[in-house]
Amino acid sequence: MINMQRLKQQISHLILPLSVLVILLVINLIKGPEYFSITMTNGAFYGPIPLLLDHASELVILTIGMALVTAASRGQDISIGVGATITSAVFVLFVLNAGEASLLTIVAGFLISCVAGLVIGAFNGTLVSVFKVQPMIATLILLMGGRSIAFLIDGKLSPLLDNPISKQIGTSITISDQIGTEIFNVPISTPIILTAVFIAITALVLKTTNLRLYVESVGINPSAARLNGISPKKIIFLTFLIMGVCTAVAGFIAVNKAARHDSSNLLKFIMMDAILAVAIGGNSLSGGKFSLTGAIIGAYTIEMLSQTLLRLDVGTETLRAFKAVFIIILMVVASPVVRDYAGKILQFARQILQKVRTRGGGGAEGGTGAPDDTDVAGPDIPVKKEE
Amino acid sequence: MGNQEAVKPKKRLSNSNLLFLIAGVIFVLMYVAAIFIYPESFLQFQTFFDLFNNNAPLIIMTLGLCIVMIGGGIDISIGSVCGLVTMVCAVLLESGIGSVLGAWSVLGAILLAIVTGLAFGLLHGYLVAYLKIQPFIITLAGLFLANGLMTTIHKDPINVNNVYFKSLMEPLKHPDLGTVNRHNVFIPFEIKQGVIIALVLVGLLVVLMKWTRFGRNVYAVGGNSQSALMLGINVKRTVFFTYVICGLTAGIAGFVWLLSTGGANVGNAAGFEIKAIASAIIGGTLLNGGVGNLLGSPIGVVTLGTINEVIRVADIPSNFQTIISGLMLYLFIVLQSIVMSLRSGRKFRIDLPPWLKPPWLRNRKKEESQEMKK
Repeated sequence: MINMQRLKQQISHLILPLSVLVILLVINLIKGPEYFSITMTNGAFYGPIPLLLDHASELVILTIGMALVTAASRGQDISIGVGATITSAVFVLFVLNAGEASLLTIVAGFLISCVAGLVIGAFNGTLVSVFKVQPMIATLILLMGGRSIAFLIDGKLSPLLDNPISKQIGTSITISDQIGTEIFNVPISTPIILTAVFIAITALVLKTTNLRLYVESVGINPSAARLNGISPKKIIFLTFLIMGVCTAVAGFIAVNKAARHDSSNLLKFIMMDAILAVAIGGNSLSGGKFSLTGAIIGAYTIEMLSQTLLRLDVGTETLRAFKAVFIIILMVVASPVVRDYAGKILQFARQILQKVRTRGGGGAEGGTGAPDDTDVAGPDIPVKKEE
Repeated sequence: MGNQEAVKPKKRLSNSNLLFLIAGVIFVLMYVAAIFIYPESFLQFQTFFDLFNNNAPLIIMTLGLCIVMIGGGIDISIGSVCGLVTMVCAVLLESGIGSVLGAWSVLGAILLAIVTGLAFGLLHGYLVAYLKIQPFIITLAGLFLANGLMTTIHKDPINVNNVYFKSLMEPLKHPDLGTVNRHNVFIPFEIKQGVIIALVLVGLLVVLMKWTRFGRNVYAVGGNSQSALMLGINVKRTVFFTYVICGLTAGIAGFVWLLSTGGANVGNAAGFEIKAIASAIIGGTLLNGGVGNLLGSPIGVVTLGTINEVIRVADIPSNFQTIISGLMLYLFIVLQSIVMSLRSGRKFRIDLPPWLKPPWLRNRKKEESQEMKK
């Protein structure tokens, strides 16, 4: 019984992103069932859905970090795209200087870029936790100056990642060919695998440690958390460090996908998408409880939205306007005022239903009426319950 | 007599004015230092007024943003709205309608700019104030919408060749104040129309925020919306109008942009929301709301402009412009944080882990705790 209730609560977070996802899937199905076809090309899965998973990988990884930062610090990190640019610049610098790239150099380069990510996270985290600056303003500093730092690191050349991976395999294959697309004899593209591994690690950490409890308590009420022995400063700092690692991983994937380091355009507007994914996932942007599952589904939803709009022959110029209209509609539907109204309507319907039932007759009428109402206002009751 | 003086309450500077004062003093110090280091460039009148000439749209945008920020919200769509307005106005002036209407087309463009800005302001205001959606997300959607509409309307750069508009674009010149450049050519002193519009707007909005009921309400709502509600202030309407004003200023900024460059481009004003937020912060507006002085926004803009000018004159690679702007922002943010926590009565201290603490602090803490025990 308790488990059922818990499950219900968990699912209630996901109703908004899942329903949007289902709507998008239905639209795609109507447009043409070939959306769900998966074929084998060159020994790898190919089709719209694998492509979607592949495209969304950076966004998903950054969304995980963003959800944590949002939950703990009650604000958003808007420097993630820039952070990923800097960390990938460090990675590119290391790998290109190493000459021939083996597995060892790639791993070493990745670890060094992770250290760069940690430094970025520490910079933002210090401002937010020690100086109590609003996260959005603290990260604005890096957003302003970060791309120039990346330019200075990679020498303004936007270098190609084209050093051969190994002499035995042949000079035509570069590291980005492998990490950006597929490794030999592995049917799934590497970004998807990396994303899956990252999600698994995050889930493991959240399951085995107290991180979720601490982050949520700091986000809900920092002073109460402090009185209970949880240092808000340390937790907020920690979330920013995690964010730094996320940016490093995302930058690693993005630069290998692009096969060149373009300092001015790499992951340019990704912070907007990541914040949106967090919001669509049913998380409050003012901190507190968070649902990583929702955020991850939200990230895939956003990527699928762009893909669907492109499939519906919406031009790339108008894509953003359509996306904006979609976001506005979504936010209006999920807004507290509309939710309240829906709750009132639902209550009214229930009262009528009860009256019908107490009168004894009309069981059939009530039977047809009830599911309709719950369908309309379904997402709204559980959310109210949670408040 | 002495007693009477003691009874008189000590006049305390409000937070808004203190932060504004800091910003102003730092700007003046910076400019004086620049004059001493690079006198041949910074001693000219034109250099000073070019700061305004080049940044008039940004000043106007920052004014609106400041009002929203004082009210406790944020609007990140202003850059895109400004870009959209330049594009819409340029398309109108260059289209057949523009040539038919003649001189009235300029008026039409102004109206169109204001209407476009207002439309975005109304949309954001309604959704944020009455439907209680988080302002960041809604204005983010507004950013996407304006950007998408701009690329949908026209993708290629347009130059406005409308005769009437061109005549309006001519900057005001004053021959007496001119300067001689290094090629010994006399350049008369000039100031663009946009600067005048910006200054008029600064005056109007400062009066609005300082001496009207609406302005005081904005401060109250931004400081604490709950207690503002208890005081009988219509919080929703106040928040709504802050966004409307912000949209309006973004529209005007778009027209001023077109007035100063004479061309519309997809990249116009891209990323200016970030510059505007930075300028507002340097000018002493806090994102938490309730604190800020509108006179600070032009100062913030001009401070950033001065940094860029110094870097240009000093022949430092342009990459450093943004890095040093970022550092400047860092400095201001830390300074504001320290000042604010000092003023709120708390003692400012940084809780470092014990192994990072300098030894003299460690000892003092021990003594304190020992005293407490006694």
